[in-house]
Amino acid sequence: MIDAPDLSLAALAPLLLVFGAACVGVLVEAFVPRDRRHAVQVAVALVGTVGGFAGTLLLAGTREVTAGAALAVDPAGLFLQATVVGLGALALLLFAERSLDPARSAFVASAAVPAGSVRDRELATSSRVQTEVYPLATFAIGGMMLFVTANDLLIMFVALEVLSLPLYLISGFARRRRLLSQEAALKYFLLGAFASAFFLYGLALVYGATGSIRLSEIRESASAEGGGVLLVLGLALLVVGLLFKASVAPFHAWTPDVYQGAPTPVTAFMAACTKVAAFGAILRLLYVGFGTEEWTWRPLVYGVAIVSMVVGAVLGLTQTDLKRMLAYSSIAHAGFLLTGVLGLGADGAGSGLAATMFYLLTYGLTTLGAFAVLTLVRDGDGEAVHLSQWAGLAARSPLTAAVMGLFLLALAGIPLTAGFTGKFAVFRAAIEQGAWPLVLVAVLASAVAAFFYLRVIVLMYFSPPAVDGPTVGVPGVPTTLVLAVTATATLVLGIVPGPVLDLAERAAIFVG
Amino acid sequence: MTLNYYLVLAALLFTIGAVGVLVRRNAIVVFMCIELMLNAVNLTLITFARSTGTVDGQIIALFVMVVAAAEVVIGLAIIMSIYRTRRSASVDDANLLKY
Repeated sequence: MIDAPDLSLAALAPLLLVFGAACVGVLVEAFVPRDRRHAVQVAVALVGTVGGFAGTLLLAGTREVTAGAALAVDPAGLFLQATVVGLGALALLLFAERSLDPARSAFVASAAVPAGSVRDRELATSSRVQTEVYPLATFAIGGMMLFVTANDLLIMFVALEVLSLPLYLISGFARRRRLLSQEAALKYFLLGAFASAFFLYGLALVYGATGSIRLSEIRESASAEGGGVLLVLGLALLVVGLLFKASVAPFHAWTPDVYQGAPTPVTAFMAACTKVAAFGAILRLLYVGFGTEEWTWRPLVYGVAIVSMVVGAVLGLTQTDLKRMLAYSSIAHAGFLLTGVLGLGADGAGSGLAATMFYLLTYGLTTLGAFAVLTLVRDGDGEAVHLSQWAGLAARSPLTAAVMGLFLLALAGIPLTAGFTGKFAVFRAAIEQGAWPLVLVAVLASAVAAFFYLRVIVLMYFSPPAVDGPTVGVPGVPTTLVLAVTATATLVLGIVPGPVLDLAERAAIFVG
Repeated sequence: MTLNYYLVLAALLFTIGAVGVLVRRNAIVVFMCIELMLNAVNLTLITFARSTGTVDGQIIALFVMVVAAAEVVIGLAIIMSIYRTRRSASVDDANLLKY
């Protein structure tokens, strides 16, 4: 007789709501007539994610380990869940934008039709849109929410796959430049599956070393018996698997290609939400599972943080494609985030956790906004993402240039933007733990990275516009809403970060 | 202890799979190598389940099989869509995205 595990439905409500919306989305795809499907799908996905967001807010303060100790619904987990699902809802709004592309959608009409075939050309100009992207994205959001609350390595692995598999698919769904998009999907899939095999082998080794996959039991076993070779090796492989998802150099090879090839709304979604989810899992694994074995992971994280910041900042300088540039920026930011992870002191003391969570929120909002602006500037072949096409954009559309300028300044970490307060918080946390050499590298890397952000701003404001330059589309309600929210948040979190920082500090508690 | 042989065999299989991913050019073969890695992990899990005297390892192996099956569905769909367009499943031909 096996006892059913205890399930606290209240604590799991946000997760259940999002997964429920995704399942309903699959049914909608099957049963609702094609002409009404888009509206219904958008409504279902938004109800699920906004409801999930409200649910995480209502649960604030919960400290519960549930589902047979497989899930830990704790303040830090809820903060990260709220960040993921909130950003996910904004990204879904970008998916739903219908007035920018003449074909009324950024997504391919039928992914099964070979790119470049006669049928494909017919469909590309038709107004037919495929709506399967909404349930897929909702499943990915659900997987991410599960990922940040997973209290056991098996659930963490399953959540990793639930969030990854839909992302592999939707990065191949671009309506224009389909070959690039399919190639991005192939690369993301092969490398992602490769990385999850490493995560899984790490899981197996940790299980062999400790006899358990619960993070709390791993922690007890590790501190009782000391870290054996098996445990350290297992931890290293687990961390490699997670660092891959977080696009930290040297495990970043997929990032620029996938960010460039995927449809821009999907890139925005990946850049913002996947980053939050992956770092949420890294924090929980290192703090809850290996908090007493700090010496095992600190040198590894220290090393990859430096590599990531340097690779992101230096290679970002050479990019001429804006999406690739933002991809390298995301690699550099992953390095800054690891600085915050190192701000975790022995057994989770220090302000590293709060600082990293705050940084994740600010970075997610800013990068989502930046990619949203990219969807506005278009030429005949879709989005105009080459750097030269952005010359003199301020003369053509002052508002677009100003909003993009704000996001770029925030990514560069200029004061009075959210990027500055986030960076300040993680650097301070790292210095408190004595990691000042790392912070020195981080400050230098920020200075290098600032060059390529500012180059875009200079290009927009001080270059003569190209004769046959791109047009700036007038966004519909969804994109306008996203831009308004992200731009406001970037400014507000830069000028009065206090309340949200306090919230992050109060939420910096892991149980389990 | 004889259980060590299983662990060594699994480690070898995992390594063969990992090397295969890095050196083989056909996307299908690369994918098969990833499956080999996952199955090496399953063997490790079962061995550890035996040596630690818990059933968790066997249950995880079942989960891994289900996830691997789901991954096959997604992976083959992506490889098929590329193959239909390019008439090739070589990962070297997928080279539009670079620098």
